[in-house]
Order: sequence, then C-alpha cells, then structure tokens
Amino acid sequence: MAVGRMSTPLSRVRGLGTARSGTEAFWRQRLTAVANVPLTIAFVFIVISLLGRNHAAVVQILGAPLIAVILMLFILSITAHMRIGMQVIIEDYVHDEGTKLVLIMANTFFAVAVAFACAFALLMLSFKV
Amino acid sequence: MADIKAPVERPLSPHLFIYKPMLTMLMSIAHRITGLGLYFGTLLLAWWLLAAATGPSAYAGIGTFMSSFFGRVILFGYTWALMHHMLGGIRHLMWDNGRGFGAREREWLAIASLVGSISLTVIIWLLGYLFAGGSR
Repeated sequence: MAVGRMSTPLSRVRGLGTARSGTEAFWRQRLTAVANVPLTIAFVFIVISLLGRNHAAVVQILGAPLIAVILMLFILSITAHMRIGMQVIIEDYVHDEGTKLVLIMANTFFAVAVAFACAFALLMLSFKV
Repeated sequence: MADIKAPVERPLSPHLFIYKPMLTMLMSIAHRITGLGLYFGTLLLAWWLLAAATGPSAYAGIGTFMSSFFGRVILFGYTWALMHHMLGGIRHLMWDNGRGFGAREREWLAIASLVGSISLTVIIWLLGYLFAGGSR
C-alpha cells in the first residue's frame, strides 16, 4: 500500500488520504436528519396551536422557554441539514470550479443567515417582549 | 511528452431521461426537489419569527399574506414538502441500515412515502382548521 509508506502514523490512522476529510458531512446529515424528525413534528404542532391567535398570544407562546428551546433546536438542526443538502446538490450539478466555490460559499452564508435571523427573533421573543 | 493524444470519444453512460420513469426514481427526485423547496422555505420561517419579534403590525402583515389564497397555496405546498421530505428521509435512514432494498420493499416504501405525506398534509390542515386559534 503506497499510502502507508509515505504517510505519518497519524495520517494512516485517520485513513483519509489526500482528501483530508472523510464522512463528516455524511454523518452530520444523518445526525441532523434523526433530530429533524421529532423537532419537525413538534414544530408542526406549535404552528397549529398558533394559527389565528393575535400577536400578544403568539409572543407569549413563542417566548415560553420550552417552546423557544424546541424551536431553536429545530432551526439549528434544519439549517445545518439543509446546508449539507444544498452543497450536495451544488456539487452534483455545478462543474465549473469557480461557480461551484461561489455557490458553496453563498450556501453557507444563506444557511447561517437564516439560522441567526430565526435564533435572534426567538431570543427577542424570549427576553425583550 | 511531445505527442499528446486527443481524448478518445468514449460512449457515455445513459442519463436519466433514457429510462422509463419509475415510482422509486420519481420519489428520489421528489426528495431532492422538496429539500430544495424547504431550503428556500426557511425564509418564510425567518420572516414569520422576525415579524412576531418586531411587533403587532409586522405580524399582521405576514398574517394577511399567509391567509390569502396565494399564501395558503404556498403553505399547503410547504406542509407537503416537509412531510414528504421527512418520510423520504426516514426511508433513507432505513436504507442506511441496509434494510428495505428488496424489489417489493422499495416499491412499497415509495408508495408509502407518497400516500403518507399526502395523508399527513391533509390531517395537519384539518387540525389547523379545527383548532385555529384554540381558546383565544
């Protein structure tokens, strides 16, 4: 095995070769997928319970610690999940290296922006109002 | 090094549109498209939460949009996309564990995810109309 002779013991143990990274994205996609299932079900029930209510009631419910924590976890999990998913789509269909790089960056910016906007709104609802 | 040969014209493997559409294939495409829709749909979620945090008039604004016909169509599609992607994801988690690869299982899972996502969407909307607002 050519890999073994020229590489350090540490890199041999890691077993990642020149790619430098392995199955982290795959694993994180599954991890967030599992988390997304109960969080999505909870999210749907929370939304149903808020339908038709006035602003004051919605603020009160969204600001409740249990609801806020569930929604925060939901947002963090789905944005992490969708970022990986979109990167896979980009890598599948965009073959120009420059465009691909720009889109992968834009994808990260979008996912982080959505995550922070939602998280910030939830914190406002919990602490300010 | 001097004589670089021109790349040989090799046969390409047949692409998607060569094949007869099959349910499992359509569900695979649907999984990706619903994921794509949900990706941009998070903007609605961000708008909703930011509007709620901003104040009554901003919240009334998104309420007007969402309760319009166009808004309801978007929300209905979003509900279905969420349910379909969730069930499709559970199917993928089964496959990750090496289960459900048999010919009949594959077909059954494809049908189940479609029937399941449509049923769940209808149930969620029925619940929504039944319990809208609850006790105000």
